[in-house]
Amino acid sequence: MKAKHQRLILALAALVALIGAGLLAASALKDEAAYFYAPGDVKTKGVEPGKPIRLGGMVVKGSLKRAPDGVTITFDVTDGKATVPATFSGIAPDLFKEGSGVVAEGSFDTKGTFVATNLLAKHDERYMPRELEGMSYNETTREIEVDQ
Amino acid sequence: MHRFANPARFLKIARPLTGWLFWPGLALLLAGCACGLWLTPADYLQGQTVRILYIHVPAAWLGMGGWTGIAIAALMQLVWRHPLAAVAGRAIAAPGALFTAICLATGSIWGRPTWGTWWEWDGRMTSMLVLLFLYLGYIALANASARQGAGQGGVSNVTAIFGLVGAVNIPIINRSVVWWNSLHQGPSITMRGSSIDMAILWPLGLTLLGFTLWFGAIVLMRMRAILAQNKVEARMQRLARG
Repeated sequence: MKAKHQRLILALAALVALIGAGLLAASALKDEAAYFYAPGDVKTKGVEPGKPIRLGGMVVKGSLKRAPDGVTITFDVTDGKATVPATFSGIAPDLFKEGSGVVAEGSFDTKGTFVATNLLAKHDERYMPRELEGMSYNETTREIEVDQ
Repeated sequence: MHRFANPARFLKIARPLTGWLFWPGLALLLAGCACGLWLTPADYLQGQTVRILYIHVPAAWLGMGGWTGIAIAALMQLVWRHPLAAVAGRAIAAPGALFTAICLATGSIWGRPTWGTWWEWDGRMTSMLVLLFLYLGYIALANASARQGAGQGGVSNVTAIFGLVGAVNIPIINRSVVWWNSLHQGPSITMRGSSIDMAILWPLGLTLLGFTLWFGAIVLMRMRAILAQNKVEARMQRLARG
């Protein structure tokens, strides 16, 4: 066996070991590296009240209500598996609206309502011109379809 | 590949190729940016800020592509002892770091109006920042362990090994939005198609190709500069010896 081949085998073995280690580390991190809890995670794992977390999901259509004081809003966050009520006082980002994604920082109170101290709008992977606003994106076919 | 191990033969091809990459690349990226600024419609949600995509995406692609190039060069250096691979690794590092920084900066500028924050420690942003630090580490290590003698100008074997190890981060960046809940959106362009409407998407093809050609031209220029520097030093040494 030539020295060149020895080096090749050694380098490839090292590379396989490295990528294996990287993948193992990444899969072990799975939940720790998650940026936010989805409502489904909260339901299955349980989050104690008062623990500061981020909650991410979609704002349920028709759930957004503004309190009489003008700065407090309440809304429901869902991930399709579970829905939790949330409340926030302050200025929400421009892209925050019903039917789109949100990441809220805060904690649960004892009644199970998420009290947010900060709101971030989560943008999805859809990009389309304004003229197409009456249309929606089909997750399974990955095509933009006209809303019925 | 060993046909090009000879720097003279490499230079014969690299010299004209630099111009062929540089000028069409510059024309394409300027045309793409102009089309992206004036011809495409605004996004239904993001409005005008969507246009940063024409810089942000090529920058991310070249930041990650640059390190992939470093890893391939490192493998060729360590296994085949290819003398130009060491030079290529060093030439790629600085533009790779620059494009990674551009990607982070444009992402941050876009994040403020879209998400409502300049920076968050989610999987995609953190792994991209790690890539920038890897580049800086690579450059520092290459400078600290500079080669003397025949292979000078190229990176040392230790630096090449670092380049190979750092490649682990590339699939992590790519998969970060799939594996973990993240603030950054999932992939828009996949094997199954694109969720970016064609009306917004098309200039991205121009800037992607343009920036990539340009990156190639920059790398070739830097490789030629390193080889020229070697020649200068070899001549100075000959002169010093009398």
